[in-house]
Amino acid sequence: MKEISLHILDIAQNSISAGASRIQIIIDEQIKNNLLKIVIEDNGHGIEKGLLEKITDPFTTTRTTRKVGLGIPLFKEAAEEAGGYFSIKSQAGVGTIVEAVFRYHHIDRQPLGDMAQTMAILILGNSKIDFIYLHKREDSEFTLETTQIRKILGDTVSLDNIDVITWIKDFIKEGLCKIGAHEL
Amino acid sequence: MKSLADLEAIRKKTLDKINLRVENGEEIRIVVGMATCGIAAGARPVMSAFHDEIQKRSLSNIQVVQTGCIGMCKYEPIVEVYVPGQEKVTYTHMTADKAVQVVAEHIVNNHPVVQYTIGNQ
Repeated sequence: MKEISLHILDIAQNSISAGASRIQIIIDEQIKNNLLKIVIEDNGHGIEKGLLEKITDPFTTTRTTRKVGLGIPLFKEAAEEAGGYFSIKSQAGVGTIVEAVFRYHHIDRQPLGDMAQTMAILILGNSKIDFIYLHKREDSEFTLETTQIRKILGDTVSLDNIDVITWIKDFIKEGLCKIGAHEL
Repeated sequence: MKSLADLEAIRKKTLDKINLRVENGEEIRIVVGMATCGIAAGARPVMSAFHDEIQKRSLSNIQVVQTGCIGMCKYEPIVEVYVPGQEKVTYTHMTADKAVQVVAEHIVNNHPVVQYTIGNQ
């Protein structure tokens, strides 16, 4: 993966497979503290203890098509290569929280990349799930909540409406620009 | 400047179109592989390209969705196109440019782009 936003798209797929109805993605740029924190939290069916213990092993996977699952180990490696750390906590029946922390200015930190595209794709493909995207940059923040958008659209217009997705992409791009979070 | 008021405008515009949709009923489905293999191979710009092209051409009755690992990771990005009444077409090694072509030739003109399909690349 060339960008952190692609890892986020990947991990969110796990949340979707776990049947989550609510997925929260938090990006926290603490530039002065030299930290970039990514949190992906869901209310899916969670991971039972035995599987959770070996989940960062590339040969652990729930898919049946192949014997490897690289999403989590790759994200963990990306964080560690940037002098950071990775953690995944889960409770069966409650949900899962994935956290990846990177040293902001580390020479090997991947760029965050195109979050607008990642969020637009997630919402386009999963319009029944509630997404919350919170992006903090020092003292400023930007939020996108699909529940808010649904309220305005009402029952007849779906979130995966072509024009709505375009609006969401542009809204995120503008919002991130306003807080100084251009593609980093 | 994007504002929530824009959404209200989209809602009104869509409500006008809605009657047509219900009459037509069946939708064309474009399924994009979005597992780790797909994302690493470049599925995100492919899905974006389908969305952008569909919007540019103001096409309706099309659903663009994601799927998990299809099991043929080395062929990713994979896109499956389901046109009601026809056999599924599986495209492999997709790119944003190929997506644009698939919309023009397969979706709009009903000619699958054979050279991008599985086994033909």
